[in-house]
Amino acid sequence: MTYDFAFAWSIMPVLAKAALVTIYATVCGYCLAVTIGLILSLGRIHAPAFVRGFIAFALEFVRSTPILVQVFFLYFVMPRFGIRLPAFETGVLALGLHYGSYLAEVFRDGFQSVKAGQWEAALGLGLRRWQCYRLVILPQIVPPLIPAFGNYLILMFKDTPLLSAISIMELMQTAKIIGSETFRYVEPLSLVAVFFLIMSLVSAALIKQAERYYQRRSFR
Amino acid sequence: MHANYFLDYAGPLITGALTTLKLTAMSECVSLLVGFSVGIALAVGPGLLRFVCQTYVELFRGTSALVQLFLLYFILPRAGIFLEPTFVAVVGLGLNSGAYCAEFVRGAILAVPREQREAAHALGLSRWSAFRLVILPQAVFRALPPLGNMSIDLLKLTSIVSFITISDLTFVAYQINQTTFDTLRIFSLVLIFYFAIAQLIAFVFRQAEKRAGRGLILVRPTT
Repeated sequence: MTYDFAFAWSIMPVLAKAALVTIYATVCGYCLAVTIGLILSLGRIHAPAFVRGFIAFALEFVRSTPILVQVFFLYFVMPRFGIRLPAFETGVLALGLHYGSYLAEVFRDGFQSVKAGQWEAALGLGLRRWQCYRLVILPQIVPPLIPAFGNYLILMFKDTPLLSAISIMELMQTAKIIGSETFRYVEPLSLVAVFFLIMSLVSAALIKQAERYYQRRSFR
Repeated sequence: MHANYFLDYAGPLITGALTTLKLTAMSECVSLLVGFSVGIALAVGPGLLRFVCQTYVELFRGTSALVQLFLLYFILPRAGIFLEPTFVAVVGLGLNSGAYCAEFVRGAILAVPREQREAAHALGLSRWSAFRLVILPQAVFRALPPLGNMSIDLLKLTSIVSFITISDLTFVAYQINQTTFDTLRIFSLVLIFYFAIAQLIAFVFRQAEKRAGRGLILVRPTT
């Protein structure tokens, strides 16, 4: 068993292209997740009681079931109800929903940490409720939540290979196809592993930087 | 008619569910074993051992679980080691989840206040006894909530074993779906099953936490 570096080098361009799909899916999925998380966490605060209860249950349900099954569920069940999305959009939707349910919890922790005085002061200044959120509450809660947001970003990034199950040509699927065409699996797969390792180490470092930056700012 | 239809595939679904449960239980054991050994080594071990353990944790937390599973599945045969897919899955999932477990255990040990160690020392306990009787029980109590979450994550993670040809619940559901097109019902059932097991795991860990918190020092970390 030898590691064929020439072969590893030759498949690099194809894998690099696929890596872009992986990154693109992560970015789209994360934007969706943040939006869903924010909306649902606000829903858990302001919606009528029975809606709140339903949201809480739905979040718990989504969080305790595998994302792979959710991907299949969306991919196979949505067309039954006339919603036809391409595989990539379905995958992004699944990522967004799954991680949105985690981020909703993160946002909720943040909202709960805001002292009542902030609300009273903001409302007392005559701001509308959405202005309070935008100008007073969100700027306060987001910086301390950056580590949590970052961790979920990395976790989501590492879940993107699951999208290969619905034949999205991301990194994993591409590596598998190279493997089945050449009968050499070790080189493409190890390159995929190295890619993930580098990306998560880099993003972990970036998150630490961002954390430090905001901590310094908030103490001013 | 629908009821009969369902009975046709209830059998395979139950078999798949049992496979999922078995895999979860086995990899949970591997994960806790690895996690506690590595976590303790990270917290109190000598420098070189700490470095090795830290590398393991970073490697397994930094890459995707599916990639790890595939690498194990394809590399081992090339090294002349032929293992059953189930074994590969248990080792792969256990090592992946064990890396997270190790971090929780390390954090929990380091979170035990200094005074506890000093008090144990003052009482004349040896380093080892102090660790076993004073530090570890408190660390276990602190580690239980994150370990409960980790176990639910592990349950969810077992769904990826279908990629290496193991017929777990997810895989069986996928196959039945391809033949019967009873999509909504099959996948709803599967989701509810995972949800129920996750609630069960959460319940077990809450109970364990209660007992560990009651001061019963002999609570075991395994569930």
